[in-house]
Amino acid sequence: MPGAVWVIAEQWRGGLSEVTYELLALGRQIADDRGAALEAVLLGSGVVGLAESLGLADRVLYADSPAFAEPVGEVGSRALAALATERKPTVVLVPITNVSWDLVGLLPARLGVPLVNFCMDVAAVGDGLEARCLVFGGKMEVRAVPESEPVVIGVLPGARRADAGRSTKRPEVEPVAAPAPETCGVRLLGYEEPEAGDIDITQQEVLVSVGRGLQGQANLDLAEELAELLGGAVSASRPAVDMGWLPMTRQVGKSGMLVKPKLYIALGISGAPEHVEGMKDAALIVAVNTDPGAPIFNVAHYGVAEDLLEFVPVLIDKVKEHKS
Amino acid sequence: MKTLVLLKMVPDVVEELEVAGDGASLSRDFLRLIINERDENALEQALILKERHQGTVTVVAPDAPEVDDVLYTALARGADRVVKVTGLEEGVGSAEATVTVAAALSSVAGLLPVDLILTGCQAIDDLDGLVGPLVAHQLGLPYVGIVTGLDVHPGGMGRCLREYPGGVRGSFELDLPAVVGIQGAEKPPRYVPIAKVRAAMTSGTIETVAGSPPGALPLRVVEMKKPEVAERAEMIAGGLDDIASRVCEILAGRGLL
Ligand SMILES: Cc1cc2nc3c(=O)[nH]c(=O)nc-3n(C[C@H](O)[C@H](O)[C@H](O)COP(=O)(O)OP(=O)(O)OC[C@H]3O[C@@H](n4cnc5c(N)ncnc54)[C@H](O)[C@@H]3O)c2cc1C
Repeated sequence: MPGAVWVIAEQWRGGLSEVTYELLALGRQIADDRGAALEAVLLGSGVVGLAESLGLADRVLYADSPAFAEPVGEVGSRALAALATERKPTVVLVPITNVSWDLVGLLPARLGVPLVNFCMDVAAVGDGLEARCLVFGGKMEVRAVPESEPVVIGVLPGARRADAGRSTKRPEVEPVAAPAPETCGVRLLGYEEPEAGDIDITQQEVLVSVGRGLQGQANLDLAEELAELLGGAVSASRPAVDMGWLPMTRQVGKSGMLVKPKLYIALGISGAPEHVEGMKDAALIVAVNTDPGAPIFNVAHYGVAEDLLEFVPVLIDKVKEHKS
Repeated sequence: MKTLVLLKMVPDVVEELEVAGDGASLSRDFLRLIINERDENALEQALILKERHQGTVTVVAPDAPEVDDVLYTALARGADRVVKVTGLEEGVGSAEATVTVAAALSSVAGLLPVDLILTGCQAIDDLDGLVGPLVAHQLGLPYVGIVTGLDVHPGGMGRCLREYPGGVRGSFELDLPAVVGIQGAEKPPRYVPIAKVRAAMTSGTIETVAGSPPGALPLRVVEMKKPEVAERAEMIAGGLDDIASRVCEILAGRGLL
């Protein structure tokens, strides 16, 4: 039997991330195709209960230690590398999230094995693997073949439905002694919560979202007027927040909020995977972008390839007309 | 304080990207390269720390078209030394550049040791390698990524903020020297007038070092194409007025107007 397929389970703030189940669904398929075992690996403190919920895996290896209470890549990568060296999995799936991020680079470096990053799908082909990955901010897709195993694969959120990764079965759970480094050069002191007081974009039914294509804070009025007319609020991509046009509380995406409004209007947003994962489940997505090849049109339902600064004023007038 | 910044050029995705004849790489015909946005943030953060705590900033980059302009601009912005690593074949992915640059750091006189190594936490072509974690591992230094704020305290301890989901940030203490993957700097990259860049071009020097790229790459790209999706957006064309009317119809049809 070939070496196991590993899924690095992600726990943060007392719970398992949804993406863990997505990876289990993907890992199950790879493992079945190659006749290998699927093992979930969980680092944490007091996590035996969580380990038992990973029923789609054949086995859950969990290392319980106060040192693993918080997911710090510097700590986790050393423990996982030691464990992988001992257990010899052939494929290690790591979620590309802000929680597990540092592992995506550190784990292959420590193991001296190939990395496949930005992966949306993996299939067993012959004795090997073939990955489909999204590169250049979502503008191109590649098929790539790792030349050797073991291999670490960074998997983008959304590779599978989380529901497909859940099971009521109780997996075999095995406590393992993963070494926690005695001293670590990177120490988490605490968390800073986003400032409260602003509107909660996750509760809005309509979001008019602005990106770098808005070109300046002076043009924010346009988005605000449209949002107000539609009974919603203005949200943003990362650059719009970085440039100080809007507070962090309005950011949609990997580092920001996950939103599922009835309507999401994307103005001047390219549709990078880190943004898309935060809004792809909106019921209706309308995107306005001058570049007809922008990846946002791969997730939007309707697209308008026009300059937003020219189009939005016309749209505002039409909406007003419609309402009166 | 000595800071090293690792930066690289990536395709400008605002431009149209075309697949080359081999079906597995980008066509170079109209390819425009720009500095990786997060690397530029790393340079800015390094310059901010230099202003605050004195010291030097050295920039190291793999050779690529337009990289000279970026390196001269770095000098004009306040970097003290810029180094270009040559001898790389360009392709999709970054393992080659990553491994070569990491190896070159130890071969250039006076580059190491440093107090901090800053680089972007990600680039859009990081298909098969991430330079920050690799360098950290090779040099035996701690690494932390997705950092948006970084400072150094007396006694040589670093403090930084790292992004988690949902707008949450983790506050970290780190032992120096360390490698930090930068997401954002404290402020947007500084503007330098073109005259200053021109001056750097005449008075500054780009040092070059011959890299020794690895022979075999760990990942083989067999195909590149525009993403295939189940359902692409229905594009609404016509005059602005017509498009706006159609959008209103769609919204009204869903009870959103
Ligand atoms: C760890 C990590 C976490 C991240 N988290 C997030 C996150 O939470 N949220 C997020 O959004 N990003 C996040 N990012 C950043 C992400 O990778 C992209 O850089 C970002 O989403 C790009 O934002 P944008 O689309 O506004 O800008 P760009 O990619 O620069 O796109 C601007 C678009 O505007 C269009 N445009 C320009 N002018 C006009 C005009 N006049 N009219 C119409 N269209 C125009 C252009 O064609 C282009 O497509 C993260 C990145 C990393 C590495």
